[in-house]
Amino acid sequence: MGAESSLRDRFERGLAAPICLTWELTYACNLACTHCLSSSGRRDPNELSTREAKSLIDEIAAMQIFYINIGGGEPMIRRDFFELIEHAVDQHVGVKFSTNGTRIDEAAARRLASIDYLDIQISIDGADAATSDRIRGAGSYDSARRAMDNLKAADFGQFKISVVMTRESIEQLDEFEKLAAHYGAELRLTRLRPSGRGVDVWQELHPTLEQNRRLYRWLLERPNVLTGDSFFHLSALGEPLSGLNLCGAGRVVCLIDPVGEVYACPFVIHDEFRAGNVRAAGFQDVWQNSELFRSLREPGNAGACASCGSFDACRGGCMAAKFFTGLEMSDPDPECVFGHGESALAAKKVLLRPTPSPDHSRRIPVSISSR
Amino acid sequence: MTTSSAVTFDATAPWQLNEQVSLRDESFGALAYHHGTRRLVFLKSRELVDVVRRVAEFESADAAIDALVPADQHARYVSALTSLVRSEILCGR
Repeated sequence: MGAESSLRDRFERGLAAPICLTWELTYACNLACTHCLSSSGRRDPNELSTREAKSLIDEIAAMQIFYINIGGGEPMIRRDFFELIEHAVDQHVGVKFSTNGTRIDEAAARRLASIDYLDIQISIDGADAATSDRIRGAGSYDSARRAMDNLKAADFGQFKISVVMTRESIEQLDEFEKLAAHYGAELRLTRLRPSGRGVDVWQELHPTLEQNRRLYRWLLERPNVLTGDSFFHLSALGEPLSGLNLCGAGRVVCLIDPVGEVYACPFVIHDEFRAGNVRAAGFQDVWQNSELFRSLREPGNAGACASCGSFDACRGGCMAAKFFTGLEMSDPDPECVFGHGESALAAKKVLLRPTPSPDHSRRIPVSISSR
Repeated sequence: MTTSSAVTFDATAPWQLNEQVSLRDESFGALAYHHGTRRLVFLKSRELVDVVRRVAEFESADAAIDALVPADQHARYVSALTSLVRSEILCGR
C-alpha cells in the first residue's frame, strides 16, 4: 500500500494542526486510579481560568481542529465544565470527553444528551466490580454503571466504554463486548502505559506476551472495537491493526495539561516532553514552532530496531513506554512482540527510571460514597 | 440528514460538500471530518480538494472533474468521488 505509507510519512513530518488534541481540564479527581497517566488527585491552583480556557477553545476553532479529547483528572469536577464544552460545540469543535461517570446523575445525563457533537467515554477497568475496583477504588465500578444507566435512560445515544488492558482485564474481553452490546455502546480498549502513577503498577499489570498476542487476534477480528491507535506495537505480529500505526507524538497528537503546558502526547507528562505553554504565545505557536515538536518531526532513527524485519509495521513502538521504563528512544518497545524489549531491559546494567513530573496525587487514599 | 450510506454516485448528477463536513488544508491535500459520523477522511491531492470544494459550482460531478483535472485522470477522480459519496463527505443537491 504505497499511498498509505507515503501518507504515514507525511504524518510523521507533522500536520498544520493536531488531529488528536487531548486537553486535561483539571488535575482534580475524586478517584485515585493506580494507573493514572496524569498522577491526578489535587487541583492545581494555577489551572486555566474560565476566560483562559474559552480563549484556548477559540484558538482551537481558528486552527480548524475538528474535535478535542477532554480528560483530567475528572473533567466534570470543574464548575465551568458545561460552559466550556458548550462553548466548544457552539463553534463546531466536537468534544469527546473521558469521565469516571461519578458526576453523571439523571439531570447531567439529560443535559449531556441535549448537546450535539459530544461523545462520552466512561472508564472501567474490569467487567465486574471486584476487578475494576482494584484499580479504580471501591465503589467506582457501580458508579460508572449508574452513569451508563443514566445515559441510556436519557437517550444519549451511543457512548463508549473505555478499558485499559491490564493482565487482569485482558482476560475479560468477551465480557466487555457483552457489556457494550447491553448498552448499545462502543467498546474502546487502550494500552496500559507506565506513565504517571502507572509507573508503579506497570511491571505487575502489563499484559504478558501471550496475552498481547491473543489481544491482537481478538482485535483483528473486531475492527469496530476502538483502540485510539494504542496497540500499533502489536502490528509487528502480522497484518496491521486498523489505524495509522505510528507514534503521533508532536506530529498528529499532543496534550494540553490543566495549567496550559503542552506535552508531546497524553502519556508523557514530563519535563522532557514539554513543548511550551499556551499562556505565552498561544497554542498555535507551540504546535508550529516548539523545538521539541520540530525535532520529533525529523526523520527518526530506527536504532536497535533497524535490523528487524517488522520495523515498518511497529516503528519501534511507543516513546512513552520506552521512556518511563528506563529505555532509550533507540531501544525497542518494552512490550516488543518478539521479546526484544524485555532483553533490552534485562541488558541495562543501571536502569534509571524517570520519576513523574508533575505529581498531583492525593496524599491520603480516597473512597467514594455511593449516591 | 441529507444523505444516507445507501446513496450511489451518479457522476452526471449535481453534488455538494456535506454541510456537516469540515475541511482543513494540509501539505498533502486536506483532512475532511464528518461531524455526524465522526469519520476522518484524507484527501490526498490538492486537485481532489479543489474538486470537493467547488463541485457545487458545477451542474454535475463530471463537469467539475472536466473543468478541474486533466482529462487522462478523469476515471481516477470518479472513483475518488464515489468513495467520498459513500463516506457521506459529498451529498446530492
